Amino acid sequence: MATKPALAPSADATISRRGFFMKLGIVFNALAASAVAVPIVGFLFSSITRGRANGYLSWVPLGQVSEFPEGETRLATFQNPYVMPTDGKTADTACWVRRVAGEQFQVFAVNCAHLGCPVRWFPQSGLFMCPCHGGAYYRDGSRASGPPERGLFEYPYKVENGLVTIQAGELPTPGAAIAELNGEKPPCAS
Amino acid sequence: MRIMIRTIGEWFDRRLQLAVPVREMAEHPVPRNTASWWYVFGSAALTVFMLQIVTGILLALVYVPSGAEAWSSLQALNHGVALGWFIRGMHGWGSNFMVAIVLIHMVQVFLFGAHKFPRELTWIIGVFLLLMTLGMAFSGQVLRFDQDAYWGLGIGASIASRVPILGPSIVRLMLGGPIIAGATLSRFFALHVFVIPGVLIGFVCLHLLMVLKLGINEWPMPGRIVRRATYEAEYHALTKKEGAPFVPYAVWKDMFFAAFIILAVAACALYFGPFGPTGQPDPTIIQTVPKPDYFFLWLYALLSLLPPSLETPVLLIGPVVVIAGLLLLPFLSGEGEKSWKRRPIAVLTVSLIAITLGTFTHLAGFTPWSPHMNAWSGDPVPDRYVHNTTALERQGALVFQVKQCRNCHSLGDTGGQRGPALDSVAVRLTQDQLIRQVIQGGGNMPAYGKNLSPAETTALVAFLQTLHPKGQAPARDASRDLALSDENQAGRNP
Repeated sequence: MATKPALAPSADATISRRGFFMKLGIVFNALAASAVAVPIVGFLFSSITRGRANGYLSWVPLGQVSEFPEGETRLATFQNPYVMPTDGKTADTACWVRRVAGEQFQVFAVNCAHLGCPVRWFPQSGLFMCPCHGGAYYRDGSRASGPPERGLFEYPYKVENGLVTIQAGELPTPGAAIAELNGEKPPCAS
Repeated sequence: MRIMIRTIGEWFDRRLQLAVPVREMAEHPVPRNTASWWYVFGSAALTVFMLQIVTGILLALVYVPSGAEAWSSLQALNHGVALGWFIRGMHGWGSNFMVAIVLIHMVQVFLFGAHKFPRELTWIIGVFLLLMTLGMAFSGQVLRFDQDAYWGLGIGASIASRVPILGPSIVRLMLGGPIIAGATLSRFFALHVFVIPGVLIGFVCLHLLMVLKLGINEWPMPGRIVRRATYEAEYHALTKKEGAPFVPYAVWKDMFFAAFIILAVAACALYFGPFGPTGQPDPTIIQTVPKPDYFFLWLYALLSLLPPSLETPVLLIGPVVVIAGLLLLPFLSGEGEKSWKRRPIAVLTVSLIAITLGTFTHLAGFTPWSPHMNAWSGDPVPDRYVHNTTALERQGALVFQVKQCRNCHSLGDTGGQRGPALDSVAVRLTQDQLIRQVIQGGGNMPAYGKNLSPAETTALVAFLQTLHPKGQAPARDASRDLALSDENQAGRNP
């Protein structure tokens, strides 16, 4: 019984040498953990932080103006500007190019504004139709029917020296349409 | 020989000291009536999980988690490596079996009241095990890096993007970059092979430990009420006094069922073969109809049938409500009746959920909401609809096909089902209503005003007006007839 009191909670507030070193050990480990956590978190979220600075977007050429007949809508493909060696075919992206008249274009993402399935163009009825959940869009990309809440996503384009280029590089989604990816605020955010 | 084995065994056990706890575990007493075929699903789920680990490791010997090579490494597994197709088949079918068995196990546990006191935490861990099983199923579908996987990721990204404020960041985190590409596959590989299985194994151990510590749920008797104050003593009586050792009293049924399940998975792999891969994950090939795996078909259907305005709230709030409901269940009904015979609402809830999921899954099998992309060029207009028709009406039938009306509207049971079948449309709509509907659309139909010339519209409506069953007159606007006849009369008698 004489040895027991050492284990019992002591009344005085002084801490023992061992207790002090244990606490110091915990503090030391916490410091080490947070020091390592910074690069770990930085690595883990690097795909987000790069996107913040719009590091993904750039202007990519689609083809000569003459490749797109006036009044028609054609499928064009381009390689995503941000490529990793393991991307393979997935680095390629398709888009629908509508040459309205002259140098006036509309370039739509193939991704349905509902859930991203690839829409197909039907020139006869002038509609884009989605095979997944039945969304349909008119030739100008506006919503015709089905579950989408908006029209097709449109890439910003410019025509320089007869070459059609679009600003692309990120998958357009209902929560981050191309306009917002380009830094424009969505209408509801203003 | 026997002495030698015994000596070696003793040498190991002196150091490991596992013989006594393992024997205690195996021979722990269980209530006699739990030696039932209803109690085999938990161990069956564990069996399939172990099978998945083994076949998964085997697949990893050949599979390459690279966006550029995954698809061709799957082709190599299917066609180049001896029995690669069978191992892929086992892993794919094992996944379906695992989801099915985990669901059946959950329903059985719920209907037998096993989530009640004192097994609340076992249930909660079980809910996480279900979520992780579904996570494995989804990430596994991604690793089968084909067109379905590629566009399935797009659907996942589109759903995730709808989270307020954080959506775009979640998408970038999920995809590992700006688009679905090599980095996306790599991180789903890490999830499927390291992260989720690691946590899953830990949680399975906890789940099992609690089953051992708290004891298996006794067979529920109507009228035997669970009360926190008395339950443990009652259970103690059931096991210690009247119980029987788990091994060998109950274990043989688990063993039989486990072997049966393994054989069933192997039989499915042998007979049906592996799943896919379908076409190459090439985003420029857009002639594709992506579809999720079996256990996510109901979600695919739900996403097509929800009204657009409800979709985002349901997608974002629905899972939170469902998971919270499952986690809170043992706290909301932690005591009381266990027997399903005295819990009508529990039985109704399970039936309702099962019927709902079953109906959605069934609908997703033939996707009535999707346009049939090739109906306009592939499905003929039935003879009887063009027999004895005028040139104008035949021209209308042509417009009907060429303008892809058929992709959404069926005639004679072929064609799309997105819109109503038009076999008797003339009975429902008058000429004026037909013209208005074609030109302005409405009720989920696009407006065709800009894509039809007046001549085409006239011909199309003339054809549509012939579509009525024999003996049923086409709809007509009586007041219009009257107005026209008045006009005629007025014309005759100025």
